[in-house]
Amino acid sequence: MKILVTVKEVAAVDDEFEIDGLAIDDRYVTADLNEWDEYAVEEAVQVKEAHDDVEVVTVTIGPSETDETIRQALAKGADRAIRVWDDALEDAGLLDPETKAEVLAAVAAEEDPDLVLTGVQSADDGFGATGVTLADKLDMEWGAVVNDLDLDLEAGVASVHRELEGGVEELTDIEIPAVLTIQTGINDPRYASLRGIRQAQSKELAEYSLGDVGLDASEIESPLEQTSLYEPETEGEATVFEGSPEETAAELAELLAEKGVTS
Amino acid sequence: MSVLAIAEHRRGELRPVSLEQLAAGRDLADGLGVELHTAVIGGDVEAFGAELNREGVDAVHTVDIGEEFNHGVYTQVVTQLAMELDPTVLLMPNSVNGLDYAPAVANRLDRPLVTDVVDIDAEDGLTATRELYGSKAETTIDVHADQAAVTIRPAEWPTIEADGDAAIEAFDATIDESAVKSTVKGFEEVGGGDIDITDADVLVSVGRGIEEEENLDIIHDLAEALDATVSGSRPLIDNGWLEKDRQVGQSGKVVTPDVYIAIGISGAVQHVAGMKGSDTIVAINTDPNAPIFDIADYGIQDDLFEVVPALTEQFQ
Repeated sequence: MKILVTVKEVAAVDDEFEIDGLAIDDRYVTADLNEWDEYAVEEAVQVKEAHDDVEVVTVTIGPSETDETIRQALAKGADRAIRVWDDALEDAGLLDPETKAEVLAAVAAEEDPDLVLTGVQSADDGFGATGVTLADKLDMEWGAVVNDLDLDLEAGVASVHRELEGGVEELTDIEIPAVLTIQTGINDPRYASLRGIRQAQSKELAEYSLGDVGLDASEIESPLEQTSLYEPETEGEATVFEGSPEETAAELAELLAEKGVTS
Repeated sequence: MSVLAIAEHRRGELRPVSLEQLAAGRDLADGLGVELHTAVIGGDVEAFGAELNREGVDAVHTVDIGEEFNHGVYTQVVTQLAMELDPTVLLMPNSVNGLDYAPAVANRLDRPLVTDVVDIDAEDGLTATRELYGSKAETTIDVHADQAAVTIRPAEWPTIEADGDAAIEAFDATIDESAVKSTVKGFEEVGGGDIDITDADVLVSVGRGIEEEENLDIIHDLAEALDATVSGSRPLIDNGWLEKDRQVGQSGKVVTPDVYIAIGISGAVQHVAGMKGSDTIVAINTDPNAPIFDIADYGIQDDLFEVVPALTEQFQ
């Protein structure tokens, strides 16, 4: 079987940062593999280890600068990677989930996977919608916010837990092929071994343009336009204790004692 | 022309976001000069329909199909409702279930989708406000389309309490059963251990700022000194450093202790949803911009590895 895992390089922003136009100033940004996608990759690799003849392929939308991040997934056990980029995507501005899903669907149609795993959301945009949009475009079944997965390949069923609000999980059987959006905590993502990192360098990382995957670059247009980026106003009215750790701890201890907290 | 809000319910109860959507939807409808409609699918639709009949709602549509949420059913019904009612804006909850059908509905209707919206305005074209980078920045987005689908962040709008005089109408949807390819088998409560953090008077709650599992000792020492209970934010539970029934937040427990001490917790919206009702909130965090200080009553903006042991010492 084949598992396609969508992955994305995201920007992690420092605590203190500056905004430059519609973006965070580069100086305060670190590129990283999206946290949710790390769990999706690990889940795919665990399925590969538990069954015979499973291929894990990652797909990403991003410029060549993201190759290093994408190789992290190869180092952790994915077999090969696909990266789609095009000037038309660069020019489209804010990529909405529909546009991203269209690109990913074109790759998926070519790869014909039995299972697609995505992260629930990305740590930067956080739309949380690309996976389910992708499923609908592929006419596949899906499950959003999965935090437990048990595959019965013979029956063609994925038994999942979906993590609802308030400490409740929904137990659902999903027909495969399907797209599952993977929640953090579903597994314990491994660290890449030195051997894995070395091997990743020689694994295939294919680069495609939109034309390569059968899409018309002139039709790529996002209906969403980002018009501003700013730091939210703080609404805080917290009394902040000032001084050395000993001084602030003493003030806080006094306050806690007033509130009836005693040893 | 209308704004149509799709309600959410689970195990016999309407979720609060269903009523918050009516506040967001009423403002939008006023801006657009159109009616506000709401719809509920499955369960006791008569009771839900009556409950959704709030001030400012022009029509409530009830769809008597099934009991609990199933995305195969919801996707089909909401698509049909939207084709029939042709709303300018289709509002859905930005909940786990909302995100399990809204993207498919938007795709089928060929509408742009904007998720997790914290503010929305239709006076001069549709403009949505969203948070980026885990609430560190906010952005406004212009939606270039005549019709859109939007998911609303829970607990951002007030619930409308006053009764309304809307027409309640049954809507006939046609379900293609062969397109329903998943089956909800049941529900499970997580945790189930001996600790009930919702019962604690004082919670010492720890987040990602603790960095390493072995550093948790200073948290347990403080909790012991204060005769308090230890809880934590999502990363601690994901890492397996704390048991699942100690998780505070949207997907964990909602707690309302007398005193909540947030240590190394940035205060992401999902966490805040679980503890904002605490009587007194104390935050200890190195980052003065951390959102936790927006809801804290008292704060120390310093290194937790120095402050926490010093605080423990005060009580020994």
